[in-house]
Amino acid sequence: MKPFLIYRKFAFVAATLGVASLSTASLAEDTLRIVSWGGAYQKGQSVGIFQPAAKAMGITVKEDTYGGISDVKLMVKSGADKFDIFSSGAGGCASGGKEGVLEKLDYSVIDVSNHLPGMYSDYCAGADIFSVVAAWNTDTYGDNGPRTWADFYDVKKFPGTRAMRNKVDAQLETALLADGVPKEDIYKVLDSEEGIKRALDKIRTIKPHIAVWWTSGASHAQLMKDGEVDMTTGWNGRFDVAKQDGAKVAYDWKTGIMDWEGYGIPKGAKQKDLAMKYIAEMMKPNYMAEFAKYITYGPTNKKVYELGLMEDSRARQMPSHPDNAKHQMTLKTEWYAKWRTIAAEMYTEMMTE
Amino acid sequence: MAVLEHNINEVSLSRLEKRENYTFFGLTVPYLVLVGAMIVIPIGWLFFLSFIGRDGSFSFENYERMINSKAYLRIFLTTFKISLLTTFFCILLGYPLAYFMSQISRKWASLCMIGVLIPFWTSLLVRTYAWLVLLQKKGLINNIAIDLGIITEPIKFVHNTSGTLIGMVHIMLPFLILPLYANMRAIDSHCVKAASSLGATPVRAFWTVFFPLSIPGLLAGSLIVFVLCLGFYVTPAVLGGGRVIMAAMKISSNIELYFSWGAASALGVVLLVVTMIILFIASKLVSLDQLGQRR
Repeated sequence: MKPFLIYRKFAFVAATLGVASLSTASLAEDTLRIVSWGGAYQKGQSVGIFQPAAKAMGITVKEDTYGGISDVKLMVKSGADKFDIFSSGAGGCASGGKEGVLEKLDYSVIDVSNHLPGMYSDYCAGADIFSVVAAWNTDTYGDNGPRTWADFYDVKKFPGTRAMRNKVDAQLETALLADGVPKEDIYKVLDSEEGIKRALDKIRTIKPHIAVWWTSGASHAQLMKDGEVDMTTGWNGRFDVAKQDGAKVAYDWKTGIMDWEGYGIPKGAKQKDLAMKYIAEMMKPNYMAEFAKYITYGPTNKKVYELGLMEDSRARQMPSHPDNAKHQMTLKTEWYAKWRTIAAEMYTEMMTE
Repeated sequence: MAVLEHNINEVSLSRLEKRENYTFFGLTVPYLVLVGAMIVIPIGWLFFLSFIGRDGSFSFENYERMINSKAYLRIFLTTFKISLLTTFFCILLGYPLAYFMSQISRKWASLCMIGVLIPFWTSLLVRTYAWLVLLQKKGLINNIAIDLGIITEPIKFVHNTSGTLIGMVHIMLPFLILPLYANMRAIDSHCVKAASSLGATPVRAFWTVFFPLSIPGLLAGSLIVFVLCLGFYVTPAVLGGGRVIMAAMKISSNIELYFSWGAASALGVVLLVVTMIILFIASKLVSLDQLGQRR
């Protein structure tokens, strides 16, 4: 009759330690362990980057999925050793770096001289660029769905059910854009609790129309596929994959909030030096071009375009293509490092009202 | 002489009794060690962690946060509301079924039992997603109902409280039925017959004789359902559509948000303490010993 929360937690810790001891035992010198997000995304990484890069270096790379930067944090703090490299959003890496659980990347080994400006940081070597967009169901609205965030928040002009993320990330920005704040001023307005409250109040105006708070990329893609909601916030690549599978979904780049994903190394990783060399290998343009064939997340390395490694028609589908990028705003990771915890609690409060 | 013999007898008897007590105690030691290692120490550790702040020092910040943010109160209220409603619907559906099973022959009852146990043995995740497929806006149930002309607009079964309840009741039902059925089987059917022979109508015989005798099983089942519901994670997360946030979900999001066990442990401690208070009150109303009573 003991509440099994505690029991479960204990089991989790025990399992973590158990797995950790097993994996160290079987670790060879030329083996790296990398973790990512699973689904269509990791499939693209695996086929396009991880395995070809490992082959080129003559090493073995073992893949697994994980739950985000909190897993890295717990692993480092508990002294476990489960992976050498992880794939993470820039914001995740920034907060991990701030908490001191990541190795500083050595940019004398990793060449980022051809990266787009700002697409790498002390703890994260940028690999692909994605966007949060407003997607709509073309069965409901045809071609003229919510092409701006103002439309997304306008329940008179666009009646119908909506979905938003169950976490604060890249959601407050949408509310302020809808409220008429210019792209370049978003983070200035959000730089106080009043600003965050203003964004939340805007979300409150459409809350009765939010049918679902989605949890993952797979879940919002499924919501659109099943026609469960008429519009949702979400990642462009997932919608493109859903569209290929027959989902009635469209989005406009004018709603785009660009963000980037990269690789980091947990503090004290056994294979730190090898991991650094492997990340350097993965930064090469040919891998990024190959990855972009599987999912519409654009390369951070300019060389992909300069060397013509990507067909023009495909390049135009990427969030980072100049024609698409010019409409979009860029997510600011520094804001998340400073405000995410406070904003997340306020967001949950709004959700539970 | 006779007195002395009597004394010797008594002394050796009490010695034997003592030895037997020690033996029994010895036999329970492995279990006590297990309980200590698996329950008492982890809970103590959890309790300790809940007082550790983000900077690693002793602090009440994890509890202060719960008082300052209204979200936590709402989440606890939702947790108890959902758990109570689930228990209520489990009783509503489970009691008649257990009663029916206890009245038919054991052969047929075993068949019914298989019907109860097969879903019980199916993965929780599978059942939860199955409900999602059945209940969603363009799911099987809505589509059939619209095709048959019963409804014109799809009913919102899922991504809300009702969807969560449907899924949780389905998963929890066996936990109520199993102890309740065992209890009902053990009720001496002659008691009901005696009531009837004394002139009670079937309804009266049921309510004054059978029902009171089934209360221990009902309470045991309800408590198991209620307490298990308090820690539910997967089903409300999938079927609640983010609109039903229970304590376990907040515990997991706090680990992610604060990168520390402390922020999550405090929630666990509050949930544990509130649950214990509820059990304490319940034990005042009905003796908990009665729950384990075997007839």
